[in-house]
This record gives sequence, C-alpha cells and structure tokens, in this order.
Amino acid sequence: MTINLKSSEAPIREQRLGAITGYSGTLKDLVGRTGCGGTVKNCDRTFSQSSSCSSGCAQTLLAGIVDAAIVNHAPIGCAGDTIYHNIANQYGRFYREWGNRNIQLVNTNIEEPDTVFGGADKLREGIREAWRRFTPKAIFITTSCASGIIGDDIRGVISELADEIPVPVIQVSCEGFRSKVWASGFDAAFHAVLTGIVKPPREKQPSLVNMVNFRGSARAYITRLFDRIGLVPSFIIPFSTVAELERISEAAVTATVCTTLGSYIGTALEEQYGVPYVKTIPPHGFAGIEAWLRGIGAVVGKQAEVEELIAEERAATEGDLAELRRRFKGKRAVIGMGPSYSQSYLGVLDELGIEVLHAASWHYDQRYDYGEQPPAILRAAERDKDVTFSVADQQLFEITNTLSRLKPDLYFSRHPGSSVWAAKLGITAIPVIDEYSAFGHRGLVNFGWRIADALTNRNFVNKLAERVKLPYTEWWYQQDPYTFLEKEAV
Amino acid sequence: MAGVIEQIRNVCALGALQSVAAIERAIPIIHAGPGCGQKLWSALANGNGFQGAGYSGGHSVPCTNSTEQEIVFGGEEKLRETIANTLKVMDGDLFVVLTGCTSDIVGDDVGEVVRGFKNKGAPIVYVETGGFKGDNYFGHELLWGAIIDQFLEAADAVQPGLVNLWSVIPYQDPYWTGTLHAVADLLRSIGLTPNIIYGPGEGVASVRKIPSAQFNLLLSPWNGLKTVGRLEEKFATPYLHYPALPIGATETSAFLRAVGTFAGVPAGKVEETIRREEARYYYYVERSADLLFETRFLPGHFVTVADSFYALGLTRFLINDLGLIPEVQFITEVVPEEYRPLIDAEFAKFDEGLVSPVHYGADGATVRDELAKRTFRERPLILGSSWDRDISRQLKGYQLSVSMPVSDRLILSRTYAGYDGALRLTEDIYSVILGSFQ
Repeated sequence: MTINLKSSEAPIREQRLGAITGYSGTLKDLVGRTGCGGTVKNCDRTFSQSSSCSSGCAQTLLAGIVDAAIVNHAPIGCAGDTIYHNIANQYGRFYREWGNRNIQLVNTNIEEPDTVFGGADKLREGIREAWRRFTPKAIFITTSCASGIIGDDIRGVISELADEIPVPVIQVSCEGFRSKVWASGFDAAFHAVLTGIVKPPREKQPSLVNMVNFRGSARAYITRLFDRIGLVPSFIIPFSTVAELERISEAAVTATVCTTLGSYIGTALEEQYGVPYVKTIPPHGFAGIEAWLRGIGAVVGKQAEVEELIAEERAATEGDLAELRRRFKGKRAVIGMGPSYSQSYLGVLDELGIEVLHAASWHYDQRYDYGEQPPAILRAAERDKDVTFSVADQQLFEITNTLSRLKPDLYFSRHPGSSVWAAKLGITAIPVIDEYSAFGHRGLVNFGWRIADALTNRNFVNKLAERVKLPYTEWWYQQDPYTFLEKEAV
Repeated sequence: MAGVIEQIRNVCALGALQSVAAIERAIPIIHAGPGCGQKLWSALANGNGFQGAGYSGGHSVPCTNSTEQEIVFGGEEKLRETIANTLKVMDGDLFVVLTGCTSDIVGDDVGEVVRGFKNKGAPIVYVETGGFKGDNYFGHELLWGAIIDQFLEAADAVQPGLVNLWSVIPYQDPYWTGTLHAVADLLRSIGLTPNIIYGPGEGVASVRKIPSAQFNLLLSPWNGLKTVGRLEEKFATPYLHYPALPIGATETSAFLRAVGTFAGVPAGKVEETIRREEARYYYYVERSADLLFETRFLPGHFVTVADSFYALGLTRFLINDLGLIPEVQFITEVVPEEYRPLIDAEFAKFDEGLVSPVHYGADGATVRDELAKRTFRERPLILGSSWDRDISRQLKGYQLSVSMPVSDRLILSRTYAGYDGALRLTEDIYSVILGSFQ
C-alpha cells in the first residue's frame, strides 16, 4: 500500500511524488533522469511571482459536493476563491438544469485575538453554523496558514462536537505554506473524502465507472461512449452527492480526464477496495482516447466493443482532422499548463500538426502514487524530436520572456490568469479552461476548429498588443528566462 | 469578536494589494503564502465585474510564496532576495511590500529589510497587512498610512484648485474607475483640478502630487478619515468630508455646493453648472416618467446590500430622487464602532422624514434571515451582490448587482455616480424589471 488512509492527512506531493516546481531543460532529459528510480532535485527561484495554494484546489472540489458544507477555518481573505467557485457552481447547475443555488461555505473569520488565544471557539461556531444553516450530509473543515501556525487542535474540536453534529465532520489539511504544489490540495480533498465519506462496498456495481473530473461538461458524450460498452459514468467529485461518494468503492473501474487530479483517489481506491485505476495517458486526442478506452475495456472485458467504437469515432472525424492538419501546417506553439495537460497536449498538438517549441508545466510529479512515471510524458519522450521543457509554479516572467523570444503563433494555457499575458504580447492565446477540450476524437476536431477560428481573426490580440505594455523591464527581456532559477546541484 | 461569514463581500487586509495595482506603474510585492495573491485577485478583480489583472496584478505580482522554510527560519532573507530581483525585473515607479498572515504571525522584521532598499534610493514602502488584522477597508487605510509616512514629501508650494480625490476602494468597488472619473468631471465642472490617483492617468506622479493639493476631498461615510487626517497632520492640507457618494440630481447638486463653498469657488459658477446639469438630467428623467407612472412596473420597497459608500449613496438617490421606500439596508464592511453613530445618523435623515433600518455585518445569513422575516407586498428591488440573486429569486425580487462580488456583469467604465450615473442606474433598474418577464 502506497497510500495510507489511516493517516489523518495526505503527505504533500513534494514528499509523496517527488514533485518539483523548478526545472529547466528538455523533456527527454527530465524523463531520462526521473526514470528507474532516479530523481531530479527541485530548483528554487530567487525571484518569483504570486502562485496558488492547496486550499484553493481543495475547496474547488469540495464546494462542488451538492449536499456537503465547508467550514473554511481562516481569515476572510482565504475564502477569496469561493466567489469563483460559486461562478463554477452556478454554471454547472445551470447546465444540469438544477436551478440556481449558492455554494455552502462559511469562513470562521480568524482575527488577531485568535492568533494569540487560538481559534477553537470560532471553529466550533463555524461547524455549528454550517450544520444549522445547511443541514449538510457532511462537513469539511479546510485549514489555512493562520490556523496551521497558531496550531488549532481541529481534531479535538471535531471529537468534542461528535455527539452534537450527526454527520461526518472531516479535516482537510490544506495550509497554503505546506506545499508549493497547489495540486497537493486535490489530494487533501480526496483524502478527506476517502477517510471520512467512502464506505466499504456492500456489493460491486459491475457497470459503474468513477469518472474523476472537474466540471463535467462532456457528460453526454461520455455517457454515450460508455453506454456502447455497457458502462455508466459517475462524475466525481464536483456535482456529486455524499451518498454517491459513499459508494465509489463499489465501482468497476476508476478513470480520469486529468492524471494530476485523479491519481491519488484512483490509486487509493485500487489499493483499498480493488477498484482498478486506468493508468493510461489522458483521453485527449485520438491517441489519448483510444489508449484510455482500451484501458477501460481491458478492465471490464469489453475489448471488442471498444475496438468497434474506436473505429466508428475515427471514421466520423478523420476527414476533419486531415483538413485541420492542412490548415495548421507551419504553425508553432508554446504550451503552459498543469503537468497532466502539458504532457497530454504535446500529443494533441502533434495530432493537429502544430509544432511545439516549448512546454512549461506548473509542477512535475516525478512518479505517481502507484510508483510509475506519468504515462503522458513517457509517450511524449518517445517522439524523435526533443523539446525544451520547464517547470514553474506559473511564473509569468519566465513565460513572458520565453514567448517574446520564441514568438510562437499560438500559446496554449490552462489555469486562470495565464493566457491573457500572451494575448497582450500579440500571440493568439487558446485557454484550455474546460477539462474536456480536445476530449476524444470529436473533442479533438472541435478543439481544432476553435484554434482555426482564433487564427482566422486576430484583430483583438493584434490591436491590444500594439497598445499595451507588460510590466517587465527591458533588462529582463535581455536575460535568460531561467536567470533566477537556482542551478541544480549535481 | 465578529462571527462566521458566509458569502464573503470583502476580503482581508492584504486585499490592499489591489489598491496598489490600481495606481498605474505601482507594483505590489507580497510577502505571504503562495495562494494569497491568487485568492484576493480572484475575489476582488476576477469574480467582481471581471476587472482583469491590469498592468501588474494577478499572477504578475511578485511574491515570496512563503513555505515552511520561511515560517520556521524566518522569511527576511527570502524577502530581501525577492525585492532585489523585483527591482531588476519589474518596470515600476513605486513598489509596495505587503505582508500576509505567515510573515505577521512569525514576526519578520519587514521594515528593516525594506529600509535597506529605501536607503539606496528605491521608491519602496511596506505595510503589514496580515489577513487576521482586519478587512481590506482596514488594509486600504493601513496602506495609505504607509505611503504617507514612508513616501510622500512636503511640497514646495500649494497648487490652488488641486483636489485629491479620496473615495471608493479600487477593485472592491467594481465601478471605481468610472466613479472616480465621474466625480473628477464634476470637480472640473466647477473649475477645480482633480487628482484622481487611481486608474488611467498620471500614475505615481499623482501620488507624489498629493502634498501640493489645496485640499483633500473625502467622499465616504467613514473610510479614509484616517488618511485625510494624517495628511492634514503631516502637510497641513485641510479636508472636506462629504459622507455620501453623490448619485442623482439632489445629492450631486448638494455635493457641488458643498465643494464649491469649501474650495472658495464663486457661488455663481457653481449654480450655473448645477442649472445646466440639472436641466439636462431632468430632460431624461422626464422621459422616464411615462414608464414610471403610466405602467405598473414599479418596484416595491427597496433593499441594499453593499458597503457603506453604496448603501448610503444608493439609499439617498432611491428615496430623495426616485421616490421609493426603504425596507432595510445592509452594510457589509467592518465599520469601527466609533463611526457607527455617524452612519446611523445619515440613515435617519432622508427627505420626507424617511428613515431606514440598517444592519451591520458581512454574513450572508443575516441578509437571508432578515429578508425572510419581512412581508413584501410588491416585488422588492434588491441592490446587492451576485450572492443575493438567490434570495431575490425566492422573494421574486428585482435584483441588480452593484456590490462585491458582482460576478454576473462585466464592468468597464460604468458608474452610478453623479447626474449621468443616476441615469445609468435608472436604466439598469428598469431594464431588470422590464426584462424580468419578456
């Protein structure tokens, strides 16, 4: 067992997965040196820009559970991201035709006296209020830098209230200072769900697939694909219920659209309850979806049905793909995304015939919880041509420097607050906000046509770039992009 | 001790970083954990009118991204390194170091680090804005205390007619840019020269100019009193405190008269401006009267859920000009006890002897519970944030998002201040009403 569900919290990715946020080199170098038990050392920066923390990632998942509530034990600013979480919540509810409703979260409003005398009283009040206001099926307590440093005994407060609050109250350890890898917050959320919500299976549900994702826009498409092979997806964890989460141990298989997101819960369910986790490359593009469907098919014994489905989907989209490749001939791009997407989109852009000049990854997991290197980077490293590769917790000064040197036609990014800076440089920026962009054969061609549209009318970016200055000195543009990345001690 | 908060309507003291970002070519530097900048920007700018990152905001803000290392061993060295390299990489005219919870709890000597750079001539100040110290209204005043004490220098001479404009808090108020420019136009209309400080304009040069103003104009119920008080103390600049954001003819004309009198503008000039502006304003109001009186699309009593700037400004307009009846007003920022009597008094003296109950506090449950208790005979008008759309739907109210977070509107130069702003507000309110069934 690599994942310890007896422990009160998930160790951060730096400890578990050898995750790094500082590296500059090439894709093949990184893959080569992190294979066969090898590791690269993280390089710190002597200059950095505002990143993101675990608590945002934990809360974005947990705030999406429709009948749970969150007590954010923190000063009020730590709830800053809940406004965007509510936008995502309203958007998701709208498309599911569920009617509008705000997320269920209270912030305990830690103030100066609490940093001296402790915040236990406020936490107690927060839990009681969450119960009184929402009558949730579970309450998650997300921690903060302040609650962590003052050392509030959260577990103590939870056990004190055990008789009073008749639903699970679960600690989510996501103090911002603990990890530079914001995805550690996904693991913190999943750990809380696994240890506080998920129950041992009553009986196996042979057609149920745990589909680990964010917002689930491609529900209809996936439901149709899965129906062809006799499977039914359950999209977790945003927009699921506590009752649904209790039963994920009964599923036939766990799959994910993002291996950065899904590997912790997938591995844990496999180890703890024998639910196989599909460890293929993510389902983006032709190669992605085909490997992924075959992975699922192999688990449930539906190989023949999968092959038939793949052939059909290919036939329906090959014409479009050929036309897109013709259009994109000679187009060059830079990628800046989280690791799973950065790696996966190297393959996606290959399929579309777009040359990748550089890939940046917001962090890098040297191996996943099941002990292997991320499959998408292994696949990308099999390509003949190497590509420069950097790892940074979204350090825009490095990206801006790189983009201004390489002058690509396109910048593909994922994470709010990233693509706009490329647009300000006059580069056509394609933000991959929806996790199901380029999902499957049809998603790939839809994505391709979206890129074609963006390249067809460049008026907005061209005119913006003529008038806007970025906040960097001329000196910085003359420097190597990794000037402030400490050299790796070899 | 304030209670828990559901549905945040402001952020913590470190939110003042957005006030820095609102000054052109001023660069915030955050000494805090990795998520603070993202969360605060996401709340104040992104999810609030989609105001964007601007020149130096969002993920461009230099930050120490403090981790366990800085908490256990202190973060001063990391901060020193970050500032030194910020001065090389970032192209700015003023750098403001703002601290978060991590630094303030462990007690880094940030002043010592920053003074090292200041002594070598860097235009840099620092302010300790650990999130647990207060909300961003509090942080905004801390910021100006720091800029006044550490950056501003006495002017050689006072520039007659120059007025520093202190009012709504940038980004917290999604309408700030349009509002400051609208008020500036009002000042120009009576011959004064406004110094706007934030938004498109002169950037840090306008900050340096602050001590040379003839007077400071504070257009706010209470926030900013410390700032103008400190400026008076340090540079002997007098200030005019006008509590209500002027919206509509009644208040805007009263505002112009008050400013004119204080500034020594000849009364004839002020009255001429008012006559011209009111005539233009009432041309449009007359056009609206047909809709208001010839149709049945009148809202019932109104509710505001906003900070004291907007709760007071909107209430005055809706009562004194639009002739509506107040139900209850919610004031969402932390108003220090000492200022509450000032605000309570304002809500007890509207035209026609009207008064409005006021609730203080940021907790969304207060709004929900208070409104659920009341009987609305007609569909109420609810001017609040996007959070309040839920309760508005339940009450079958007419809802318009005017206060943070405004996540259902894109806001660029829109403002409800002044004569024209009131016309925009009237248009927006009645567009909600007319659009609610068509």
